[in-house]
This record gives sequence, C-alpha cells and structure tokens, in this order.
Amino acid sequence: MNNEPILEIQNVYFTYKRQPVLDEINLALYREDFLALIGPNGGGKTTLVKLILGLLKPSRGNIFLFGKRPESVRSSVGYVPQKSTERYRDFPINVHEVVRMGCLKAHIFKKKESSPTHSIEGALESVSMSSYMHRQIGELSGGQLQRVLIARALVSNPALLIMDEPTASIDTEMEKGLYDILKDLNKKIPIIIVTHDLTAISENVNKIGCLNRYLYCHRSGEVTEEDILKTYNCPIELLAHGLPHKVLKKH
Amino acid sequence: MIDLLTYEFIQHAILAAILVSIACGIIGTYVVINRIVFISGGIAHIAFGGLGAAYYLGFNPLIGASSISLLSALGLGWMDCQGNEREDTIIGILWALGMAIGSIFISLSPGYAPDLMSYLFGSILTVSSQDLSFMLAWDLIILFFVTFFFKQFQAISYDREYARTRGIPVHALYTILLLLIAITVVMLIQVMGALLLIALITIPVTIANIFSQSIRKIMVCSFFISLVFTLSGLWLSYFFNLPSGAAIVVVAGGSYMILKGVRLKIN
Repeated sequence: MNNEPILEIQNVYFTYKRQPVLDEINLALYREDFLALIGPNGGGKTTLVKLILGLLKPSRGNIFLFGKRPESVRSSVGYVPQKSTERYRDFPINVHEVVRMGCLKAHIFKKKESSPTHSIEGALESVSMSSYMHRQIGELSGGQLQRVLIARALVSNPALLIMDEPTASIDTEMEKGLYDILKDLNKKIPIIIVTHDLTAISENVNKIGCLNRYLYCHRSGEVTEEDILKTYNCPIELLAHGLPHKVLKKH
Repeated sequence: MIDLLTYEFIQHAILAAILVSIACGIIGTYVVINRIVFISGGIAHIAFGGLGAAYYLGFNPLIGASSISLLSALGLGWMDCQGNEREDTIIGILWALGMAIGSIFISLSPGYAPDLMSYLFGSILTVSSQDLSFMLAWDLIILFFVTFFFKQFQAISYDREYARTRGIPVHALYTILLLLIAITVVMLIQVMGALLLIALITIPVTIANIFSQSIRKIMVCSFFISLVFTLSGLWLSYFFNLPSGAAIVVVAGGSYMILKGVRLKIN
C-alpha cells in the first residue's frame, strides 16, 4: 500500500478576528483511515474542514491534500455539508438534480462531463436511493436526504470523503445503515466525519481527533475519559444507544 | 375590442407585457428561491435616485435608472463577498436614500414633472418602440446567461457552501445574478413603476410554484401567469381608465389571495 498521506496538516494555526481558533494542528491521514473529529461546538471543527477544502487559508502552517494545495484539488474531495438549513425543504429541486451538482466542474467553459446520468444512477445505487431519483427533495425524510447528499459527494468519484455532522437528525436505525454504507466506502477511500455527538462514532472509525483549539489524535480508536475531559473541559455523561461504540468504556 | 389592436400604443403595450413577463418569469424565480426579494426591492428604489438625477440633468431617465441599479447590484455583490452580516440594514438605508435623492432632483427640475408618477407607478401605455428594443436586448442578455449558467445558478441558489467546494465562482455568479435582477428592475420601472414592480417579480412565481416543482417549469409557468396578469391589468386600465401598474398589481395580488384561500380551504 502506498504510504504517502492523502492529507497532511503541518503545524497549522488559524485565527479569526484575533481570536485563536486552531493552534498547532498536526494531522496525517492515510488511505485506509476513517477519522472521527469530535469536539464541542465552537471547537474549530468546521473551520478545520474549511481549511482542508481550501475555503479558508491557514494563518500559519501548511496543508497538503494529495500532496498539493487544497484549493487546486478540492474537486477530488467528496463533501457532505451539515444539512441544517430549512432551505433544503421547500426548494424546487429533485434528487437527480441535487446529485448532479456533484458533477459540476470549476471551469465553466470546459466541455461537458461525459455521462453524468450514468454516474448519478451509480451514486444513488450505492446509497440505495435509486428509486427516489425523481422525487422532490422536500418529500424525503432526514435520513433519505442525508443519503442523497452522500450520493452527491460520491458522484464525482472522490479520493476523500468529508462529512459534517452526518448523524444529526437521523434515528439510530438510519444511523446503522449509514455506517454500513461508510464501512463499504472506506475500503476504497479515506473518510473524515465531524461530529459533536460522541455516540455517533461507529466501530469502523480507526482514528479519533479530539478538537478544541488543539487537536489530540488517537490512533487506536480508543479514547480515554481523560481525553474527553481535555477536549470538553468537563466530564461528560456518555450514553450508548444499542450500537457498538468504541469510544465508550464500560461504566 | 379587435380594432383596439390597431392602435400602436396598444400593440406596444402588449409587446412590452410579453417582454417584461419573460424577465419576470426567469429572474423572479431566482429572486424567490434565493429569498432576495428585499434586495430586489432595494435595487428598484435605489434606481429611482438615478432616475431623478438623470431627469434633472436632462438625460433619458431610464439611462440614469439603469446605471444606478447596475452599480448598486455591483455594490451589493461586493458586500456579499465581504461577508457583511448587516447587509439588510444597508439595503434599507439605501432604499430610502434612493427615493429621497430621486424626489429631490425631480422637485429641483424646472416646470411640472408629469413623468414622475409614471416612474413610481408605471405606465405600460406609453412604451415607445425604442423602449421595446431595449427590453428585447435585456431579455436576450438574461436568456443568454441563464441558459449558459443554469446548473451553476441552481447550485449556488440551493447550496452555496457546497458550490464553493466544487470550485464554482460563487461570488462572481451571485453578482451576475444581481446584475440580471437590476436589468429586470429597469425594464419593470417603465411598466410597473419603482414602487409596484416587486409584485410582478414575486406573485407569478409564487403561484407557479404551487403547480410546478422544478426551476425550469416554474420559469415557464410564471411567464404565462405574468403575461395574463399584465394583459388583464392593461385591459382593466384601458376600459375603466385606471392607472395600469396599479391595475396589474390588483389583478395579481387578488388572484394570489383567492388561490391561497382556496388552497387553505382544500387542506
């Protein structure tokens, strides 16, 4: 297996309006990795994702994505944003059109992509949503919409998948299905999921980053109570909902 | 009734109704789904300042209105790029300022200003053939951009943040959209007036959205609805000697209320 990291973050600092948001972040992500970024709201998770996507520039330090500057290669990243806006609900658009967005190219004047219809079908297939192709987006449940957004991220055959709060507003059953999909995907590409919900971390995760201005990374997938304490600055009641969670110790 | 059509001003009015409805159907759809009705209203009122200034200086008032509305669209695009969170407050300020400057210039102009009312409330019956050729040109520009950038406009309207991650020049496209709105506003100032034009940008699209669920269909559908409203308003205004812009708004607003009422009753 190729040992070059897919993503390398070297000593990155980010300040916003003179407030330090991220300090001294170091991270290397390899092909087989499934990283969960956890941390409290306002801990800098979304900022880190934007840095990785090249939407923000670090105040100091370097980020290399596939060995290059993120802004030049970000179209090779599949990104699933937080689906927090109400806008998704009443916007006049169907599943096919949403997934097609994933095929858009940065260069507007370039020739059209070869056969998007075929890849759209494939992407929807991989999240078992093919039969919803012509449904309006507003008719979908939270979990179905989430899967459509994953299909949109996958349609361009990304080399890295980043998901922001993938389990927000979907139930445990759906969550299980989602992690099965991700497990399959992880056989081909590395995945980063961002969450503030500690119970959302599945057994497939092999790396956990606790982020609250500083990043503490854990190779094994086991996080001690002490790490949680460092990140959240207070002890947290950890609850499981019937799924196997590596994060949790017996209590 | 038929011999009415032989009048040149009626022919012009009908052509203007068609040309304006094309712009309203297309750009109105983006305004409504992007929820930037307030911005569009702002551009219309700011444009009135330029209209008054041109009137005072003796230019064609519509040239003043177009330059100021295009400029304000550029300014709003720039503001959006800066990530200004108080955008709506600034629009509110410029909204009033535009109207104030426009009326000051018009009151400073020597003599009676008979056109003032028509730029505030519109007059579809006084559209000249030169105006018509401008409208046609504006429509072609709108059609060109929307055909060419359809998917990109759809993406930035639905999910801007995601569009940025695909490398789409979100700010540039948004500014183009604002410029197209400014163009639409200028076309509408003549037919509907600066104060009433927002009705034709919003009402046909809202009604079309009840029956159709895709951007393309909403555009086509609201073109026809807008055309029906303008023509029936025109007819009412001719036969009952009413101000044409107001008649169109009453027809459009009334239809919307009735449809909403019927839908509430059914549900």
